[in-house]
Amino acid sequence: MAARDMRVAVVLFLVLAVATGLMYPLAMTGVGQVLFPREANGSLIRVHGRVVGSALIGQYFRGPGFFWSRPSATSPTPYDAEASSASNMGPDNPALRKHVAARVAAVRKANPQEKGPVPVDLVTSSASGLDPDISVAAARYQVARVADATKIPKVRLDALIKRYTTPRSLGFLGEPVVNVVRLNLAVWKLRVRHARP
Amino acid sequence: MTSSVETLVAVLAAAIVLGMPLGAYMARVYAGETFWATRALGPIERLLYRVAGIHQQDEMDWKRYAVTLLVFNLVGMVFLYGLLLWQHGLPLNPEHFAAVTRALAFNTAASFTTNTNWQAYGGESTMSYLSQMLGLTVQNFLSAATGIVIVLAIIRGLVRAKSRHLGNFWVDMTRTVLYVLLPLSVILGLALLEQGAPETLGAYVQAHLIAPFVSGKAHVTHQTIALGPVASQEAIKQLGNNGGGFFNANSAHPFESPTAFTNYLQMVAMILIPVALVFMFGHMVKDRRQSTMVLSVMLVLFVPLALASMHYDLASNPLFHGLSVSQATTAANAGGGNMVGVEDRFGAGSSALFGSLATATSTGAANSAYDSFMPLSGLVNLFFMQLGETAFGGVGSGLATTLAFVIFAVFLGGLMIGRTPEYLGKKIESFEIKMVSLSILVMPLLVLIGTSVAVAFAVGRAGSFNPGAHGFSEILYAFTSASNNNGSAFGGLSADTSFYNVATGLCILFGRYWSYLPLLALGGSLAAKQRLSASAGTLGAHGPLFVGLVVGVILLVGALNFFPALGLGPIAEQLTHAHALVASK
Repeated sequence: MAARDMRVAVVLFLVLAVATGLMYPLAMTGVGQVLFPREANGSLIRVHGRVVGSALIGQYFRGPGFFWSRPSATSPTPYDAEASSASNMGPDNPALRKHVAARVAAVRKANPQEKGPVPVDLVTSSASGLDPDISVAAARYQVARVADATKIPKVRLDALIKRYTTPRSLGFLGEPVVNVVRLNLAVWKLRVRHARP
Repeated sequence: MTSSVETLVAVLAAAIVLGMPLGAYMARVYAGETFWATRALGPIERLLYRVAGIHQQDEMDWKRYAVTLLVFNLVGMVFLYGLLLWQHGLPLNPEHFAAVTRALAFNTAASFTTNTNWQAYGGESTMSYLSQMLGLTVQNFLSAATGIVIVLAIIRGLVRAKSRHLGNFWVDMTRTVLYVLLPLSVILGLALLEQGAPETLGAYVQAHLIAPFVSGKAHVTHQTIALGPVASQEAIKQLGNNGGGFFNANSAHPFESPTAFTNYLQMVAMILIPVALVFMFGHMVKDRRQSTMVLSVMLVLFVPLALASMHYDLASNPLFHGLSVSQATTAANAGGGNMVGVEDRFGAGSSALFGSLATATSTGAANSAYDSFMPLSGLVNLFFMQLGETAFGGVGSGLATTLAFVIFAVFLGGLMIGRTPEYLGKKIESFEIKMVSLSILVMPLLVLIGTSVAVAFAVGRAGSFNPGAHGFSEILYAFTSASNNNGSAFGGLSADTSFYNVATGLCILFGRYWSYLPLLALGGSLAAKQRLSASAGTLGAHGPLFVGLVVGVILLVGALNFFPALGLGPIAEQLTHAHALVASK
């Protein structure tokens, strides 16, 4: 190994490191901030100037007047957006069955109006622990309860679910989902309006 | 299942349609041709050579090529190690993260310089923005480029005759970054940005929750949302088969992959360069039939296993029988099936497909929790890696391993018909077979010895999270992933311990360099040989029969090495699972 090769290794590394580790991400940041400012800063949702969340990051909803989000395995609190994580429970782990059984019981107790089986996504935690979506079936399962608790008519809620549903991309990619953050924000706004005399 | 199969077809089709022109383009770049790309970027390329003192015409023999590669990787590894140890005192650390511990810094530096991207940490709670950019993103580029130049040197060994030289490592490295990886990353990065991946240097954001809640004794009113320069790193992470997530949840995190469409783009990106390299190979050896042969081998291995994985993960989990849970595989149910550790926007079918692509290549990215896959879907992930990542494989390293198996198959075929084996006019002799065997056998040795050591000692067994056979699968998966430079994990394993940091770190280093240095020697030896013209007795290294032979060799080696271990892990799980199903009825 010639000393010259050693020098080349160090210099070429530094040059390429500056190109790929500083110039490239900084240029992308600049372009992103100009072309896609909303997305580049985390798709934040503001109400009266206050950040109430991100359209892409789920939140923990459990009140009777909200559509429940999926269980979350983040720690120490659910939907901790500083510590994304899955439960990593194996498919045959007896503890997983216990968790799911407890969640099914809670969902059924909260939704006595529904008699059918609980949609699987509503009782299983997601991979990120930050899933912003629920399935269409999971949203419909909760309509009667949310209507009772908020006095918002079911047809209104059905319309909202439809509005915040993203269909499969190009007709076959992924699955249709309802954004539970935006759906609940809309429910909350309606409630505030109903509550006013 | 229908939409998942459509997704599979769409991913493969896009990779092949885009890979063809990309492969032709790369062949022109590496041949040093003057065309639109070199006219546009040539001045920058020459400037880099001037600054670094590189002489373009300075050709290297295989030993110098290998040594410069090792030294270049070592420089990068030391730099990354230092950056992680000092990140607390450097700028762009808005969350004031502390220095990374030594064992973890070693593991991470080894992991990212070798294109493994095994992560024993969660990115959003460990790494400063500077570490993410100047540390990890840099190695995402350079480790991918290292893989590509390795296969470039081997192909040149096949192309050249009576030559000692395999090219110039510095030139190949520079061209790979400048002409291939950077432009593709800009394009993919912009697409990810448009779909919602953040790209900012601003600090994490505090959100006032719409619905505050009580968790344990804590009254939770805020959510801190981790951000960062995500899109730029995400693009090269997928394109370069790196797979190390900006966030702990990797491609399952809504900021890394916000939509089903980005999930699709990420899947295509994982196999785009591996497929392009197959076409580049055909151009370089001036025999398109070779591209068809290698691509057929990859597809024959990939498609059935991927379909099996999707099928099993869309099946309902017998663990939930009798619990009043609907696992129906309908669109309204977000695809249904095994939704544990799966994001609704992707569904279980696309998650299994992503897992197959991430393990068939060396990416190791994850859009779902592989630890929670159904037993046989998890087995497919494991088996793809244990086949040496030959079905597409890592950028460069995958084609290199596949060519090693091709040469081995030529040797076997030669023995069967009683002729001196030759491949593309080059005689395959004892030195070549020794190097090929060495390269092929290092990985299984590392996996099996590493797993045995881990399960023999309490410190290794303590890492398992899940009980029973699945706990063994977690350990087997860790050593399989590390030794194959994949980087994915059954995430339940407690990997950030001294034992696992050091053990997997060593497997990562040996798996990378002991597997590919013999192949550089192979390239050197092939380049020195004269080219024989094909005669009537030459075994044609193309056509369905030969494809079958190569596939057979790859499957045989993989199966013989790993079936006993797989029997103790996922196969045992599946059998107990099936038993539970019968019992529940």
